[in-house]
Amino acid sequence: MSDLVRLEKVTVRYGREPVLINVDLIVDEGDFTGVVGPSGSGKTTLLKAIAGTVRPIAGHVLRDRDAAVGYVPQVETVNWYFPITVREAVLMARIGGRVVPWPSRDDVRDAEAVLERLGLGGLAGRHIRELSGGQQQRVFIARALLRRPKLLLLDEPTSGVDVRTRHDVMHLIHELHHDGLAILLTTHDLNGIAAHLPNLICLNREVIATGRPNDVVTPSVLERTYGAPLEVLQHGGMPVVVDRIPGLEPAGAEVIPLREGHHEHPA
Amino acid sequence: MSTLLDPFGYDFFVNALLVATLAGALCGLIGVYVVLRGMSYIGHGLSHAIFGGAVAAYALDVSYYLGAGVWGLVSALLVQQVARRRTIGADAAIGVVTSSSFAVGIVIISVIGTFTQNLEAALFGDVLGVTVPDVVAVGAVTLFAAGVVFFRYRELLFATFDPEVAEVSGVNLAATDTLLALTLSALITVSMNVLGVTLIAAMLVIPAVIGRLLTDSFSRMLAISVGVGTVSGATGVYLSYHLDWPSGPSVVLTAALIFAVAYVFSAARRRAIPEAALDAHAG
Repeated sequence: MSDLVRLEKVTVRYGREPVLINVDLIVDEGDFTGVVGPSGSGKTTLLKAIAGTVRPIAGHVLRDRDAAVGYVPQVETVNWYFPITVREAVLMARIGGRVVPWPSRDDVRDAEAVLERLGLGGLAGRHIRELSGGQQQRVFIARALLRRPKLLLLDEPTSGVDVRTRHDVMHLIHELHHDGLAILLTTHDLNGIAAHLPNLICLNREVIATGRPNDVVTPSVLERTYGAPLEVLQHGGMPVVVDRIPGLEPAGAEVIPLREGHHEHPA
Repeated sequence: MSTLLDPFGYDFFVNALLVATLAGALCGLIGVYVVLRGMSYIGHGLSHAIFGGAVAAYALDVSYYLGAGVWGLVSALLVQQVARRRTIGADAAIGVVTSSSFAVGIVIISVIGTFTQNLEAALFGDVLGVTVPDVVAVGAVTLFAAGVVFFRYRELLFATFDPEVAEVSGVNLAATDTLLALTLSALITVSMNVLGVTLIAAMLVIPAVIGRLLTDSFSRMLAISVGVGTVSGATGVYLSYHLDWPSGPSVVLTAALIFAVAYVFSAARRRAIPEAALDAHAG
């Protein structure tokens, strides 16, 4: 395995406000990593620093020049009223090596193959707003894949979608990983997404912890990451985070661990 | 029949028709990017800024196209620069830069005491004022703009739709934005004589909005916008001759009439298609 991306002591500021502080990170071929942390913790900025759209004020971002990076932004940032069909959106990725506006036969063939692979065959002529939430996410994954990346960066790929769509999107991302793509995604969903990933980074402007979910999804790490006490249970070999709001628990409620397993309490 | 063909016997009318048709097509082409970038007000602002440049060119006794063109480009680049500050935003940046530029022009007029150019023609457009060099200038800028859109189609589309991912994918955003600013300021400089300072903004916006109303595809929107701009320019100038109206308002009213028809048509089409199908996942 070789490094696709290496961040060394990366610090990023927006104005006077530091967003990332001394972040060290290595993404190898075949990695599948989730980045978790509270809003404003620098998750999106971390992806942007890796993608090269945000310049650090200190430290280095070293990228394998031969490895293309695919970037899938949060769907909330997409202008859904922009006049663009699925085909047009996906073909945007092919910007180099051709001066005429229309796509080459190879471009069209590749785009159709990616759309078919992602279950979007037959939807190429549709406006992006006419698709379901999962299909919309897939369009932007398809656009990233058309660049033939070795590393796929996904910013909140399952935000705002229902459970079934979340499963569909995560299955797709797992398939892409099995096909050899390194994956780095951000998520707010500790139980539905983060706990299922092989590797996690807990971020709050600086890296709080990295490792397997069972190693880093602990009350002490979560409290340092989120600044709030969280309970962690074990279920089916995976950590389950219980978010209890003091004063709002139903009368007589108590946390009962399902099956045997250790039940950690906030530090 | 001869009454209908009468105006084609006059050179000034043929020149005006050519300029208006080309300017309409040009506005339709570039207006798509202006509207989709949420910068509809920039046409209005830049035309005022370029008016300042025209006055400065007159005061310095240099070519109108040189003075106004350079002034417009500098204003457009300043707008971009100021708009990059997130706390300001594009709309406020346009207001600050272009109004200041316009104010400089007014101050120059007051200092030199005279401005012999026809102020009304500059504000509302003047068919009679169109000369062969004007036709050549509009033709050259139209060719340039068509070339920019043709050869930079993908970069412009990507940078307009999703600038952040475009940058990740290798689009040079600064170069793309500068190219668009250059084209826009050239467009306004050469269109001012026929459309007037106050009405260029309308021709940048109306054809593009009509295109948006009628299609969900970017390439079709571009084609419709250019078509509407072309037809509005030609029809507007033709009507202005027969109705004895100023050319600028005549062109803009033609486009506005097409907009009204398109609006009714698209509203009827939306009623025919279940709303749920259009908005199912808009939120």
